[in-house]
This record gives sequence, structure tokens and C-alpha cells, in this order.
Amino acid sequence: MQLDGPVTARQARPAEDARRPNPFIKIVLLGLTVALAIWAAFPLIENEAWIGLAILAATTAGLLHLYLTPRHVPAKYLVPGTILLIAFQVFPVLYTASTAFTNFGDGHRGSKAEAVVAIQTASVTQVPGSTQYALTVATTGDPATGPLVFLITDPATRQVRAGDAAGLRDISATVNSAGRVTAADGYTVLTTGQASLRSKEITALAVPTGGGAIRSSGLSRAYEGKAGRLYDESCDCVRDTTTGRTWTADEGLGSFVAEDGDRLAQGWKVTVGLSNFTRVLTEPAISGPFLRTLVWNLAFALASTGGTFVLGLLCAIALHSPRVRGRILYRVLLILPYAMPSFAMLLVWRDMFNTDFGLINNLFGTDVDWFGGATSARFAVILVQLWLGYPYMFLVATGALQAIPGELSEASRIDGAGAWAAFRKITLPLLMVALTPLLISSFAFNFNNFNAIYLTTEGAPFPADNPANGATDLLITYTYRLAFGGAGAQYGFAAAISIFIFVIVAVVSAISFRRTRRQEEVYS
Amino acid sequence: MTRWIRQVGWRHLVAVVMLVFAMVPIVFVFSAALNPLGTLSSSTLVPTGASLGNFGNLLGGTAFGDWFLNSVVIAATASAASVFLSALAAYAFSRRRFRGRRVGLLSLLLIQMFPQFLAIVAIFLMFSVITDYWPPLGFNTWWGLILLYLGGALGVNTWLMKGFFDTVPRELDESATIDGAGHAQVFFRILLPLVAPILAVTGLLAFIGTINEFLIANVFLTDTGAKTLSVGLWGLVAGERDANFGMFCAGTLLTAIPTVLVFQLLQRYITDGLTAGAVKG
Repeated sequence: MQLDGPVTARQARPAEDARRPNPFIKIVLLGLTVALAIWAAFPLIENEAWIGLAILAATTAGLLHLYLTPRHVPAKYLVPGTILLIAFQVFPVLYTASTAFTNFGDGHRGSKAEAVVAIQTASVTQVPGSTQYALTVATTGDPATGPLVFLITDPATRQVRAGDAAGLRDISATVNSAGRVTAADGYTVLTTGQASLRSKEITALAVPTGGGAIRSSGLSRAYEGKAGRLYDESCDCVRDTTTGRTWTADEGLGSFVAEDGDRLAQGWKVTVGLSNFTRVLTEPAISGPFLRTLVWNLAFALASTGGTFVLGLLCAIALHSPRVRGRILYRVLLILPYAMPSFAMLLVWRDMFNTDFGLINNLFGTDVDWFGGATSARFAVILVQLWLGYPYMFLVATGALQAIPGELSEASRIDGAGAWAAFRKITLPLLMVALTPLLISSFAFNFNNFNAIYLTTEGAPFPADNPANGATDLLITYTYRLAFGGAGAQYGFAAAISIFIFVIVAVVSAISFRRTRRQEEVYS
Repeated sequence: MTRWIRQVGWRHLVAVVMLVFAMVPIVFVFSAALNPLGTLSSSTLVPTGASLGNFGNLLGGTAFGDWFLNSVVIAATASAASVFLSALAAYAFSRRRFRGRRVGLLSLLLIQMFPQFLAIVAIFLMFSVITDYWPPLGFNTWWGLILLYLGGALGVNTWLMKGFFDTVPRELDESATIDGAGHAQVFFRILLPLVAPILAVTGLLAFIGTINEFLIANVFLTDTGAKTLSVGLWGLVAGERDANFGMFCAGTLLTAIPTVLVFQLLQRYITDGLTAGAVKG
């Protein structure tokens, strides 16, 4: 960028009266900060969250100190973004990374005590003589999605108690002659229609009590049942009261394990050290797909980045001549895919590849099951990425071409070089200097391009023997399925894989950045 | 004639072939949006009939207006604020020398390379607490999602801006300092106007990135009226893939409007700044 330095400086020189920074804006901003902090402090005090309050107070005091002293100038500019970065990125990432050393996931969420309560309540059955209650289903939130609460009326005393997975507590409520609650403070009573829509959740809800749990039978009655499995502290095990079978607590696994190796589904969260990492490398059922996925992942990222670059560059060069008529119109239309929302266009492409009524089969009169075969599915997702990505490369390459002085290639022509030689020897190296950093960041982006797969093939086709890892799965979609998929979430294991992904991307980027620096030294 | 083909003709050929590739999906979206039947199976490349029924259903039958407003407000606020925060940091990195400068720059890049979405469990747990304590910043609110997006304000964009700041001669700020300007005046009155191109480019990229963001928004926004376009439109075709296709395409076209407008608005700065670049997918 060429600037006429002194002139601009003179124009931009502050006027006399504005020489001292205006203190008014600063005072207002700091006042707002303090007001916000006081507003934020009330809920913390109410909930006795003293650590949170201390962090809030320290942050506010630090901010006031920083902006009221003339020192620490760089910090004044860095702190606003950094606070948000720490709160919403660094903290969640560190938390996630720390779960890589635990067995956190479905069945291993809470403490051992919570696991014992869950096992006992889940094993409750109705036995002769169980107390029967009138049941009203209510919620503390929205009738369709809010957390469910059982309002239970004692048949003898007509006392109403509210119960959820945490236990029972007395509340005051209006009760009709049948013992059912018609209104209660703080709760919304579900109508029969609303309740029947959520009958699955109602059946699953068990309210723990001393010797067992209260469960629903239908939508208006509940019973207090006896636990079929009880925790015995003397042997640190769970015993089935009818069969007498025992499951002993294993602190290393975070599960109750029977002698024959059978584990109870409900366990607790423990630290498992590096076993998540070794599992990726040693367990053949996982390391096999992991390596295959890694190879395809690298190929996908390279093909997407390289392909969009070649297409974009080709368009840019083709239109880089004043002799092409209508090139403004060409340019506008070629950039159009960039303006379309990419998430929506991914879904449109998915439907264009539909076997039965997709546009592509219609146009070519073919009957290909595009996402059914590994090769065609891979071809399809790369084609979609080319469409989405080339306009950006086209824009960038056009800009870079315009920045290269025309005399350079003219000089080479005079020296007898052909058009192709001039391009390869002069234009391309110069372009690469400007564009390599972009190609690296594009590679890093495509390596983790979750939407490209999740919104199109969702990883399909899957081999018959492994429904967790498909042919077009990237590491990131594979990890997503492990972390949130149907087969039970395994956050700890997924976090370990994401650390692997992080290391791979970081190493590839670091190497390429080094190579760029060397390249710049050569050509500049 | 052969000379014309070698020098100009092939350029038209390349442009036309690419044009077909570029336009087929867009034309398909157009004709599907105008398709009176509104289903995927009846959608063709060339419109078979023209009706605005899909647009009518979309605006009348869904909360599309809410989604549109949410998306535009969130994307505009978040991208503007993130450009500002990023420019502040880029100024410090480019113009000031302090301990931890290199480490700071490198860690900004490194944090971005961690697959962010896995942190979604942590973010969910965190915002469950925030929703309890401070409802205006909790789930299903503009402010909560904007704050969450602003966590990513410092990152690749800061690097791009720092590079651009570096190209502005230091003599400019030095002479202003001699004239008595403080660091804030140097930043706001001298540097910011000069780096307008890169502000426009990062602003556009941030806007496109935010309006397309799906994963976090999908977890964060569950109330129908609070959804953004990506979450809402996804909901249209997630269950009823065939039947709602026309409505979905109509929504896609309407979603492109804000992006095109922002592009138009910032266009005169773009060619300068784009070579500094970033990515989209």
C-alpha cells in the first residue's frame, strides 16, 4: 500500500481541543462496566457462588485499574478480546481436553453416590402392598419441553409433595376430590393431552425415596416400589435382592462389575489416565478405521484445497485479459455461489445427488446411487466442495494477478519465452508467494470441514461390519458420532481423538508455514 | 481465426464451462422455489410453472420472519463487534512491543486449530448455569449467542489485520505522537481509517461465517422463535425432506439477500483486502 505519509499525517493531526483524550467516553464505559458487574453480582450472592463472585470482583477491579492508569498500554487493547476468548474458548477447550483422561460419557456422568441412587431407583418394581398415590404430572418450564415433575398426593394426609430425579419435597397445592392437583405455585400442570405426548419420559422418571422409588403407572396413578438391587457398603457392591447376584465396584473402570465380567450400565466418572489414547492406537477395531479415515481425511483436504485453487486460478487467468468481452458479467456470475448460504447449498447438493428424484440422475438419465458406493460418494463430496470453494480462490487469485506488474511477463516474451513458460516461470511463483498462507489456512479449514460431510452424506456409505465409521467420514464427523451418536456418548474418548486431530493439523500447518517463509526468501 | 481462438477464444470457453457448473445448482434452487408443487421429486432444472406459493407458505406457515431477524441481528452485531475487538488486538500486536507478544500471536492460531465443536458439551454445561443466573444472557437469547461467537473474535482475523497494520508506515503514528496525540487518538483517528479495506474484508468473512454457523446455534437455540436461519431451515428439511423442499429453496434465496447486500456495501474495499484472505466452505 503506497501512502503519501506526511500529507496524511497532517490531515489526521488532532485538532487543538482534542489533544487530551476525551475523558467523558471513558468514564461512561467504565461506569457501564461497573453497573454490569453489580447486576451480575446479585444472582451470584443469592446462590452463594462465592468463587464466581470473587472472579467477577477481581476482573472488574482489574479492568478499572487497567484503564485508570496510564501504564500497560498493550494490555488496554488486548484485554477486551482476551476476556471473551478465555471465557468462551480457552475454558471450554481445556475442560474438553481434560475429559480425554476420564471415562466421561453416557453411564459415566456423575459421582459414585449418584450412580448408586440411579441403579437402585431403576430397579424398582411394584410389590404387593406398595403404597398407591394420586399422580399429577407437572413441569417447571414449557409444557412440551420443560423438566418433568411428579406432584404426588398422599392418600391419607392429602399432603402434596413434588418429586423429580433429585428426590421429594413438600409443597402447597390445590387438590380436587380425587386427590389430583389442579394448581401449584411455580409449577405448570400438564393436561392429559400434553402428558400423553411425553408418556415415554413419564414412564422413565423415577423419584428416589428411602427404600426404593416412586414411579408412575399410567398418567394419573403412582406407586412406591421396592428396589430390586441394593447397594451394600460392607462389600462395596450392588446386590440383587431376588437372585443374590453381586456386582463389585471397580474404582479403575468406574463401574460395578460381576465376577463373570458383566457390567452394570450405570457407572460413575473416574480418571482413566492415558487409556483413551492407547485405545485409539492399539484396539484394532478402532485403529483400523482411524488410519483409513486419516488417509481419506488428508486426501479430502488436499483435493478440496488444491481443486478449488486450480479452478479459481483457471477462471482468474481466463478473465485476466481486456480482450474478453463481457468479463464483468462473467465475474459477477462466477462469484455468485459464494453469496449463497453454504449450509443450505450443502443440503441442496445432497438432494441433487438423490438416487430416485435427484437432479443429477434426472439430467444424465442415470440411476446411480451416489452415496451408496465409496468411490462415487467421495467424488460427490469433493465435487460439492469445489463448487462451494472455488469462488473464493477466484476472487483471491484475481486480486493477486492484478497486483503482478504486466512488464514482467512482457519482458519474458521479448526474451523469447512462450505464454506457458512465462506463466510457469514468472507469474505462478509470484502468485504462490501471496497465496500460500491462504492455501494453508484453507487446508486446515477443510481438514475439519464438519458441515461438508455432516450435511451431505453424513459419513455414508458405512461398511456392514462397522456402523460407526463410513467411507466419507472425516475424523471430525467420526468423532462427533462417538461423542454424541446413537450408540451412547463417549465424551472422554472423543476428546482424546480431538487432541489427535489438533496435533495433526498443528504439525501440518507448522511445517507448511516454515516452508512458506523459506519460499519468500527465495523470491523476494 | 485460429489466433483468436488461441488468445481469446479459450478464455470464453473456460468461462462458459465454469459458468454452467456455477449456475446449475443456483438455477435449480430458483426453479424449485418457484415450483408450484413445492416437493423435491417434482423439482426440475427448468421451471415448470411459476408460483410464489412457496414464499407465501414460508412467510405465513413458519417463523421465517423471526429467524431472518435473529440471523441478521446476531450476524451483524457479532461480526461488527468481532472486527472491532480484533482490530484493537491487532494494533497492540503490530505497534507495541511487550513481553509475550510472539507467544500471544502463536497461541491465537493454535487455539483455533482445536476442533471447537467438541467443546460443545462444556459450552452447554456453562450456559446451563448462565441461563439460571442471568436469563438475559442464557439459551435462546441474542446476547448469549453473540457473546459466545465473540469468544472467537481473536484468531485468524487478528493475524490478517496485524499483517495489514504492519504495511502502514510507522512514521505516521510517530509524527502524530510528536504532535501530542495519545495512543487512543493514533488508533482511532489515524490507523483505523487507513486499514478500512481489511476491516471490510474481515467483516464480510465474519458475517458469512456467522450467518452460516449451524452447530453451536443448533444446540443453543431450541425455541422456535429464537432460531437462526440455518437452524430453522435445517428443521424444515430434517423431517419432511421431500415435501418442504420448495419452501426450503425459497428460504435459501431469501437468506442470500443479506450476504449480497453486505457484499455490495463493502465491495469497493474488497479487492484490496481479499488477497490477505481467509476461507469459506
